[in-house]
Amino acid sequence: MLLGFNLLNLAIWIPIAFGVAVLVTGSDRNARLARVIALIGAVLGFAVTLPLYTGYDRLATGFQFTYFAPWIESFNVNYHLGIDGISLLLILLNSFTTVLVVIAGWEVIKERVSQYLASFLFLSGVMNGVFSALDALLFYVFFEATLIPMFIIIGVWGGPNRVYAAFKFFLYTLAGSLLTLVALIYLYNVSDGSFSLLDYYRLPLPLAPQIMIFIAFMLAFAVKVPMWPVHTWLPDAHVEAPTGGSVVLAAIMLKLGAYGFIRISLPIVPDASHTLAGFVIALSLIAVVYIGLVALVQADMKKLIAYSSVSHMGFVTLGIFIFNAHGLEGAIIQMISHGFISGALFLCVGVLYDRIHSRQIADYGGVVNTMPVFAALFMLFAMANSGLPGTSGFVGEFLVIMGAVKANFWYAAAAATTLVFGAAYTLWMYKRVIFGAVANPRVGALADLNAREFLVLGLLALAVLTMGVWPNPFAEVLHTPVNELLNHVAQSKLR
Amino acid sequence: MQLLYLIVPLAPLVGALIAGLFGWAIGRRGAHWITILLMIVSTVVSAVVFLDVLGGAADNVTVYRWLDSGNVSFQIGFLIDRLSATMMLVVTFVSLMVHIYTIGYMADDPGYQRFFSYISLFTFSMLMLVMANNFLQLFFGWEAVGLVSYFLIGFWYTRPTAIYASLKAFLVNRVGDFGFLLGIALVLMYFGTLDYAAVFAAAKTLAGNSIELPFFWWDFKWSLMTLICILLFIGAMGKSAQFPLHVWLPDSMEGPTPISALIHAATMVTAGIFMVARMSPLFELSETALSVVMVIGAITALFMAFIAIVQNDIKRVVAYSTLSQLGYMTVALGASAYAAGIFHLVTHAFFKALLFLGAGSVIIALHHQQDMRHMGGLRKYMPVTYLTMVIGAISSAGIPGFAGFFSKDAIIEAVHFSKLPGSGFAYFAVLTTVFVTALYTFRLLFMTFHGPERFRGGEHHDDHGHAPHESPAVVTVPLVLLAIPSICAGWFIGPVLFGGYFGGAIVVAAPHDVLGEMGRHYQGVVAMMIHALGTAPFWLAVGGIATATFLYLLRPDLPAVIKGKAGYLYTLLERKYGFDEFNDWFFAGGARLAGGGLWKGGDVAMIDGFINGSARAVGWFAGVLRTLQSGYIYHYAFAMIIGILLLLTMVFIA
Repeated sequence: MLLGFNLLNLAIWIPIAFGVAVLVTGSDRNARLARVIALIGAVLGFAVTLPLYTGYDRLATGFQFTYFAPWIESFNVNYHLGIDGISLLLILLNSFTTVLVVIAGWEVIKERVSQYLASFLFLSGVMNGVFSALDALLFYVFFEATLIPMFIIIGVWGGPNRVYAAFKFFLYTLAGSLLTLVALIYLYNVSDGSFSLLDYYRLPLPLAPQIMIFIAFMLAFAVKVPMWPVHTWLPDAHVEAPTGGSVVLAAIMLKLGAYGFIRISLPIVPDASHTLAGFVIALSLIAVVYIGLVALVQADMKKLIAYSSVSHMGFVTLGIFIFNAHGLEGAIIQMISHGFISGALFLCVGVLYDRIHSRQIADYGGVVNTMPVFAALFMLFAMANSGLPGTSGFVGEFLVIMGAVKANFWYAAAAATTLVFGAAYTLWMYKRVIFGAVANPRVGALADLNAREFLVLGLLALAVLTMGVWPNPFAEVLHTPVNELLNHVAQSKLR
Repeated sequence: MQLLYLIVPLAPLVGALIAGLFGWAIGRRGAHWITILLMIVSTVVSAVVFLDVLGGAADNVTVYRWLDSGNVSFQIGFLIDRLSATMMLVVTFVSLMVHIYTIGYMADDPGYQRFFSYISLFTFSMLMLVMANNFLQLFFGWEAVGLVSYFLIGFWYTRPTAIYASLKAFLVNRVGDFGFLLGIALVLMYFGTLDYAAVFAAAKTLAGNSIELPFFWWDFKWSLMTLICILLFIGAMGKSAQFPLHVWLPDSMEGPTPISALIHAATMVTAGIFMVARMSPLFELSETALSVVMVIGAITALFMAFIAIVQNDIKRVVAYSTLSQLGYMTVALGASAYAAGIFHLVTHAFFKALLFLGAGSVIIALHHQQDMRHMGGLRKYMPVTYLTMVIGAISSAGIPGFAGFFSKDAIIEAVHFSKLPGSGFAYFAVLTTVFVTALYTFRLLFMTFHGPERFRGGEHHDDHGHAPHESPAVVTVPLVLLAIPSICAGWFIGPVLFGGYFGGAIVVAAPHDVLGEMGRHYQGVVAMMIHALGTAPFWLAVGGIATATFLYLLRPDLPAVIKGKAGYLYTLLERKYGFDEFNDWFFAGGARLAGGGLWKGGDVAMIDGFINGSARAVGWFAGVLRTLQSGYIYHYAFAMIIGILLLLTMVFIA
C-alpha cells in the first residue's frame, strides 16, 4: 500500500480527499452540502496536524514523522516525507488558514461553490506536501502543483481584470521555476542518481556550480517570496483574487519561496549562499524601504496590503541571509506572524468589500461609526502590521533587527525604518477608512460584523495576541533545526 | 512580595479589559466603579511596595520567559528599587486622581466606558514600563503607552484634527523608537543580554570600546557607549517630546483634558526622562552623549517656553509649558543630576496635572470653550479651581516654598556646576526660561480668571444665559488633592537629592557629581529658600510675574501694541518656528512623492514595462515564426534547400 498510516500523509491527503468529495456534490443546488463537507475536511485536516506539534521531539535533530515509499523507481524518485520544527509551524499555519478560508467564504461565494471549496482543499493538501517533501522531485511537483488551484481561484472567482492577473501570476511563477528543474537534473547527475534532499545536503560541490544552482533556485523562490524586483505580479494577483484567494496567497503561498531558501538553497549550496548573501540582503532591504514608500501612496486597500506583504517578506529574506540564530528564527516567526496578520487584513478588506463592493480607500471614511466591533479588530491587525509589541508582528521584526545589527549596523538601520514606514502606510489607511465622520450614505448603512465574520477575525486576533505576548511555544520547536541548519551552512562544501 | 508586584500593573489591566470588552453590559457606573476600585487597589499596593522599598528592600524578579533565541533568553520581569517604586507611586496616584476627575469631565460623553478602559490600559502600560527589569519590557511599555496615547488623542474619532494629531503623535514617536530599537540592538549585540543588572554590571568593561560602521566605502568609527546612549536618547526625544521631535505634543491636546493631564504632562512624556535616569550607568560613560542630552534639553526648555507666550488656547499654553519643563528635566540628566531630573519629574507631575485639570475645569464650566480671549473674570465663579490653579502657577513659576521652586532651582544650580561642553549655553537657557515661565503662567492665570468677563457672547456660550459655576466635587477634589503635593513635595529635596535616596538605582561618575558638590552647601529647606532670595532665578521669576501683571492686568491694551511692533517675531512664534509646515512639506510630502515616483517610475514603468515588454516580444517572435509555418509544401521545401546549401557552404569553408 502506498499510503501507510502517517500523520503527514493524513495532513496532505485528507484535504485532497475531501476536495474530491466536495467536487462530487456537483452543482450549486447542493452548495450547502458542499460547504459542510469542506468544513469537515478542513477541520479534520487541521486536527491531524495538532499531534504533529504535541508529538514533536524538540531536542532531536533531523527529520521526524518520516515516511518513505518508492514512487518512480526507474529514476529513483521517492515519496519521502518528513518534517522539522520549521515545516511543522508552516503546516500548522496552512491547515489553520484553510479552516478560516472555508468559513470566510461561507455565504460570500454563491457560484460554483463546490469547485471553489475544492480548489482550496486541494491547495491546502498540496502545500502541506511542499512543506513535508524530502525528495527534490516530489518537492518540485508539489511546488508547481500549487499554481493550478490558485490560477483557477483567481481566474474564475476573481475581479474584473482577473484573466490578466491570473496569467501574470501563472507565467511569472512558472517562468521563475523553470531553471529549478535544470538544477535538479544537474544535482541528480552529480549525485549518482538521487533526488533525495538528504543526499544533496551531503553532496560536495565546487563553487561555480553552486552559484549556478543557487541562481536557478533563487529565481523560483524570489518570485514566490516575492522579492524586489520580481514582486509586481503580487499586487495584481491580490487585487483581482477573491478574499479567500488573497488570504491563502499572502498567508501561505508566499512562504513557499522563503521555505525553499531554508530547505533547499542554504543547505545544498551553502558556499554560494554565503557568497551571494550580500546580494540577497540588498534586495531584501530595498524591499523594506522602497516597497514601504510605494505602499504609502496606494489608493486601493488590497494593493496597499499586498505591497505591505512584500515589505514584510523582506524581513524574512533578510533574516535568513544574515546567518545567525536571531535572524533565522526571527525570519520563521515573521513568516508565521505575517500569515496571521496579512490573512486577517485581507479578510478585513473582504468584510468591507462584501458590503460596499469597493476596495478604494476614498470610498470609505467613518466606518467606526457604523461598525465599531469591526473597527476594533481591524485596529488590532493594523497595529500588528505596524509591528507593535504585544502582537505577533513585533516578534519577528524584533529578532531580525537584533540579528541584523550583528551582521552590519546599517542593515539593521535600514530594516528598522519599517517602524516608521510600516506604521505610516498602515495607520494612514486605517485613519482614512475607519476614522472621521460618516463619509457617505453607503458607509452610513453598513452593518457590523456577523457571527461568522466575528469568529474568523476573532480566531486570528487570538492568534496574533497569543504569539505576541508569549511567542516561546512557537520558537521552542525552532531551536534545534535552526542550530542544525546554521551549523550545516557554516561548513564549506568545497573540496 | 512578588504577588504584590504583579497586582500593581495587573489590577488596571483587568479594569481596562472589563470596561473595554464588557462596557456595554456593566454600563457607565459599572465601568467607573470597577476601574476606580482596581486603581485604588493598585495605588495602595504601590504605596505598600514604596514603604517596603524605603525600608531598604529591593528586588529583581522574573515573571516569565517571553522568548528564547540563540543563547539569549528574553524575559518579562520587575526591578523594584527606589527609582521604580517612586515612579509607581506617582503614576498610580495621578492616574487615580484622573480616573475620579473623569467621572465629571466625561459625564456626557458617549464613549464613557471606552475612555475608562483606555486610561486603565494606559496605567498598566506605564507601570510595565517603569517596573521593567530589562530593555525588552521597557520597549513593550514604551510602545504600549504610545499606543494608548494614540487612542486617546484620537478619542473623538470624528474630529479631523483629533485623528490627524493622533497619527502624527504615533509616527513622530516611531521616529524616536527607530533610534531606541537600534540602541537596544547594539546593547544586545555587545552585552549578550537585555537585563539591566547584567548590562549595567558589564558597562564599565565595555566603556573603551569603539564600533566601526562600514558604510559602503566609508568607515565610521564611534565610541560604542556614545552611539548606544545617543540612539537610546533619540527614543527619549520622541517620547519626552524633545526638540526636534517635540511637534506631536502640542497637537496631542486634541484629546480630552484628563488624558492631557495624565499622559501628556504627568506620566507618559516623562518616560524618556525616567529611561535616561535608569540608564545612568551607561550615560555616565559618555560625556559626548551627556552633552548632547543637555544641549537638546536646553533648546527645548527655552524655545518652547517662548511659544507658550503667544498661545491663546488655554490647553496649548499648558502644553508648551510642559515641553519647556521636560526640557528642564532633560538638562538635569545631561548635567548628571539624574536625581534632580526625577525630582522635577515628580513635582512637575503634580503641579502640571493640577494646571491641566484646572484648565479642564474651566473648559467644562464654559462648555468646551478653550480660547482664553473668551474667558476672564472667572475667579469669583470658580473659587476652588482658581485657588488651586494659583497654587499650580506659583509652583510652576518657581516661587520659594512651593514644590516647583526646589526642583527647578536644583536643576539650575546643577547646570551651573556642570563642566561639560554646552553647559554654558544650558545655564543661560534655563535662567532665561525662568522669566518666560513666570510670564506665560501668570498670563494664563490673569487672562482666565481676572479682568473683564469676555465669555458672554462667545460662540460657545451666548445662548446659555446663566453664569459659569464651579465644577462638581469629582472634579474639585482631585484638584485639591493635587494642590497639596504641588506645595509640599519639594520639601523632601534634602534626602532625595543629597541624601543618596536613589541608592544604587542611579550611578554618577565622580567627575560629574554636581549634586554631591551642591550637597556640601545644602543646609536645609529654609536656608535654601532664604539663599534663593538673593539669586538670579528668584528675581527673574518675580520679574516674569511683574511683567505679566503689568501687561495683562494693569495695561491690557499693551500686548496688542507689542504684537503690532514685533510682527515678524510674533508670527515666528505663532507658527511655532515653522516646524509643522516643514515636516508636512519635507517628510510627509517627500515620502509621498518618493513613494509615488518609485511606484509609477519603478514598478509600473520599469519592472512591469520590462515584464510586459518581454511578453510582447515573445508574442512578436511567435508571430514571426507563425508566418514561417505557412502550410505550403513549397515554402518548407525552399527553406530546406537553403538550409542544405548553408550547411554545405560551411563544410566547404571549413
